[in-house]
Amino acid sequence: MKGDNEHRSIRRQRGRWAAGAIFFCLSIVAAGFINLQIFGTELYTLLSSENRLRTITVSAPRGTIYDRYGRAIADNVPGYDVSMLPGPRDSISAGLDRLAERLDLSPERRAVLLSRNRERPGEALVVRENANFEQVAFIEERRPRFRRVVVDQRPRRRYPAGPAVAHMIGYVGEISPEELTGPEYEDYESGQSIGKTGLEEQYEHRLAGRNGIRYAEVNALGTIVRDLGVAQAQVPVPGDDLHLGIDLDLQVYADSVFPEGMRGGVVALDPVTGEVLLLYSHPTFDPNAFIGGIPLDLWHSLRDHPDQPLLDRVSMASYPPGSTWKLVMSAIGMKTAGLTVDTYHTHACSGGLAYHTRYFRCWLSRGHGRLNLSEAIKQSCNVWFYQAGQRIGLDPLLAGAGEFGFGRRTGIDLPSERAGLFPDSREWYDERFGPGAWTEAVVWNLSIGQGENAQTLLAMAQFYAALATGRAPVKPHLVRDEVLARQRVDWTFDLPDVQRRQLVDALARVVNEPGGTAYGSRLARWTLAGKTGTAQNPHGPPHSWFVGFAPAYDPRIVVAAVVEHGHPDGAPSLAVPLASGIVDRHLEALGLPPEERPGVRPPGAPPPRVGG
Amino acid sequence: MIGRLRVPGVGDPLLLALVLFMTGFGIAMIYSAGQVDVQSLATGIWVRQLYWFGVAIVALAVASRFSLRFLEWLAPWAYGLTVLLLVLVFVVGTGPNGSWLELGPGRLQPAEVAKLGTILMLARVMGGAREPYERLVEVRKPAVITLVPFVLVLLQPDLGSAMIFGALFLAALFWSGVPLPKIFLLASPGLGLLLGFNWIAWGLGFLVVAACLSVHRLFILESVGVLLANVFTGALTLRIWDSLADYQRNRLLVFLDPEIDPLGAGWHLIQSKVAIGSGGLVGAGFAEGPQKRLAFLPEQHTDFIFSVVGEEFGFIGVMLFLVLFALLLWRVLRVAVSMDDPFGSLIAFCLFAVLLTHIVVNLGMTVGMMPVTGLPLPLLSYGGSFLLVLYAGFGIVQRVAWEA
Repeated sequence: MKGDNEHRSIRRQRGRWAAGAIFFCLSIVAAGFINLQIFGTELYTLLSSENRLRTITVSAPRGTIYDRYGRAIADNVPGYDVSMLPGPRDSISAGLDRLAERLDLSPERRAVLLSRNRERPGEALVVRENANFEQVAFIEERRPRFRRVVVDQRPRRRYPAGPAVAHMIGYVGEISPEELTGPEYEDYESGQSIGKTGLEEQYEHRLAGRNGIRYAEVNALGTIVRDLGVAQAQVPVPGDDLHLGIDLDLQVYADSVFPEGMRGGVVALDPVTGEVLLLYSHPTFDPNAFIGGIPLDLWHSLRDHPDQPLLDRVSMASYPPGSTWKLVMSAIGMKTAGLTVDTYHTHACSGGLAYHTRYFRCWLSRGHGRLNLSEAIKQSCNVWFYQAGQRIGLDPLLAGAGEFGFGRRTGIDLPSERAGLFPDSREWYDERFGPGAWTEAVVWNLSIGQGENAQTLLAMAQFYAALATGRAPVKPHLVRDEVLARQRVDWTFDLPDVQRRQLVDALARVVNEPGGTAYGSRLARWTLAGKTGTAQNPHGPPHSWFVGFAPAYDPRIVVAAVVEHGHPDGAPSLAVPLASGIVDRHLEALGLPPEERPGVRPPGAPPPRVGG
Repeated sequence: MIGRLRVPGVGDPLLLALVLFMTGFGIAMIYSAGQVDVQSLATGIWVRQLYWFGVAIVALAVASRFSLRFLEWLAPWAYGLTVLLLVLVFVVGTGPNGSWLELGPGRLQPAEVAKLGTILMLARVMGGAREPYERLVEVRKPAVITLVPFVLVLLQPDLGSAMIFGALFLAALFWSGVPLPKIFLLASPGLGLLLGFNWIAWGLGFLVVAACLSVHRLFILESVGVLLANVFTGALTLRIWDSLADYQRNRLLVFLDPEIDPLGAGWHLIQSKVAIGSGGLVGAGFAEGPQKRLAFLPEQHTDFIFSVVGEEFGFIGVMLFLVLFALLLWRVLRVAVSMDDPFGSLIAFCLFAVLLTHIVVNLGMTVGMMPVTGLPLPLLSYGGSFLLVLYAGFGIVQRVAWEA
């Protein structure tokens, strides 16, 4: 039996151990707190802000594109982007499922988004650009269901004139994964819009500006609880505006008068500066449809349409130039073969001319009779130019065309311009047809703008601009810019001015004298000078061409127009009235006073004579 | 001397003041825990805790009126009642684990009540023995007394609370003077349960047990029993592991490496560490903790209440609280030491053990040193039953202090 004292001493001893246990245990816990709060402050403060802060890209507004009179061709209106904040893959995937129907997310699009999320799990995922108001309202009304979803206002591109400017302006679309890997788009992130074609692509880096970054505080569910605003250093920088030489009015006019159901294009330049006044291709499309992702079926119908509405027929398509080429022949002949405006050839035009065993026709089967150069241009006589080509010879002709820049790009500020076709040497023929498998007769075809001769509207306009002014040839450019205006091309128009004037005279006669091939489209107030063309082609009725300028002796506008299959037998040429109407409208817009022109009958009375 | 401070009719006024102050502070923290930027169950819940506080004070006052002899008489009834309640939850239990009993206006967690009932019963049985236990078979009574609630709570299933009963049993043995090696031998099968994951570790543990047996000689049968129990639990480990619920297994695993499941079971540990760590030296200020505000901190009003303290009051606030906890524990221990009556002394020491285990396990969990077990922090965590039981316990301890 132990006494109370012994019990007490046991308790005392064990009490001391227990007190030691208090100290020991709480010290270990304290060490845990020291570790976290003294040594770990920096790390955990960082983790805490990473927990809380999400970065959201603030899109910079794209630069506005203005026409020469300050009217907007491309501008911005408020639009909404729907994106999802980073989070566990399951919840992203579930969120997409919930959004799919309302946001028109196809299963393919969904797969693309998920793979993008796998590649960049830390970035906000742009689910849909430019959502419409109903879609945004759908999300906002059901906020608790869409906790990770952020709706951002971001400027949305708009093209007020739509189809009238489509090919020139291009359109914007979401950057593709391939483009993202390229060095050109180094600073871009997925989901961002970039210029895809036209000026939007050409001037992407000037128009785009620089996106800013906004910080938002989110809670554990990923819901934004506070907008902390834009970081000072990362305010979005708006893109530069572009001022074009384009006359929006002229674009809209061209769109409205272009022959219904036909294909083709028309371009107009200021021959002095090289500014593009008009660039229109038909059929066209609405670039607004591309904003925020074009619906797949619409894209397919545009891409696969037999009329190829996406093709820019001004800078990308080449056509046999037909009789518009005769001015190039005249200039080369004057330079190299001693042709003058008064040159007569051995054979008068009797409706055609034989070359060995082949017979080459003139468009007028009864024949033009004896003509000099000026008359031959006015009446567009093929027989005269067959003989001119013969006199010049193949090698000087091939070289001469190259010296006027043919077969090369004009250098317009569009990303997709293609060069026309003109052989640069005999070797070209040897390669194409095999040595000995072709004859000098190719010269005859080349001479009237047929054969291995296909030019873009731009190239023809550029040549006629040089012919019209006698100045150094200009490089066509859409953006009105002093640097661009000073740019010159790598060739010269080195025809003595007297002879050049004589050619201009002849072109003026084409339009303004009875018997000229464009007499029916003469202008009431100004002297339009130009050349018609009827280009044979294997696909159907001839293409209709007109290239010209006005006023003839103080040119303010050069215009080149083509209407595919626009000149069937016995019908009027469709390109000529189209071009003359555009010229008239532009000169009127310039406020140019009418010319005094004694002896020129105002248009209206005689029916237009078709030329070849 | 403050250590000897005793007021007849009250007990230890310093202990009482500590208890009241810490509960008041706890309610303030529960209020803060509800100040979040998203909808949360925790908003406004501090009012409920305030009601419980009132009920608990009544319980403390009433308990301190009972004489120790009355309590000794009451112990079997109280124990029987708590066991009955524990059985009852299997029939009419509500709540997440079915571990609550709907009781008029409030809800009662019988697992908490059982802690007090078990303490009383252990104190009665072991306090009646004049000599410390010499033979292991002598501990069969207290062993059965603890084992019944232990198993019932374990079946709820509530592993964390069940462990408390184990701790109570060992604490009672310790306080009644059983030599430490014997306590170790008794606990060794439980240890074997942990070491059973690795055969080498278990083998080493087994050697230590055997060495202990050879030095501290027991009767043959007892020695064989201890060794057999060790073999049995070691073999049982993996089977028990397989029978654990997924969330329990994950909780134990993520404690070793929270990053294995950062958005699931590891989330609690990571977010608690981030909240405490970002509190730094002085913290974000009362109710201002951003991690808590933005709902990154889970269970912020119950198990992880101290993470809020860490985030909002920083290291300085945390240290102050550790000192307060140490003071609280010391005062209760003091009562246990100074009481000559074994029944009263054992009650005080068992309450001390419950407090210490809860505090260490809970705080260890909030700093990521221990697995997430779901044990609340005494006086601070939201929870009426635990507060009520603690206050009743403190009432008895005040009585003990007063009678000593």
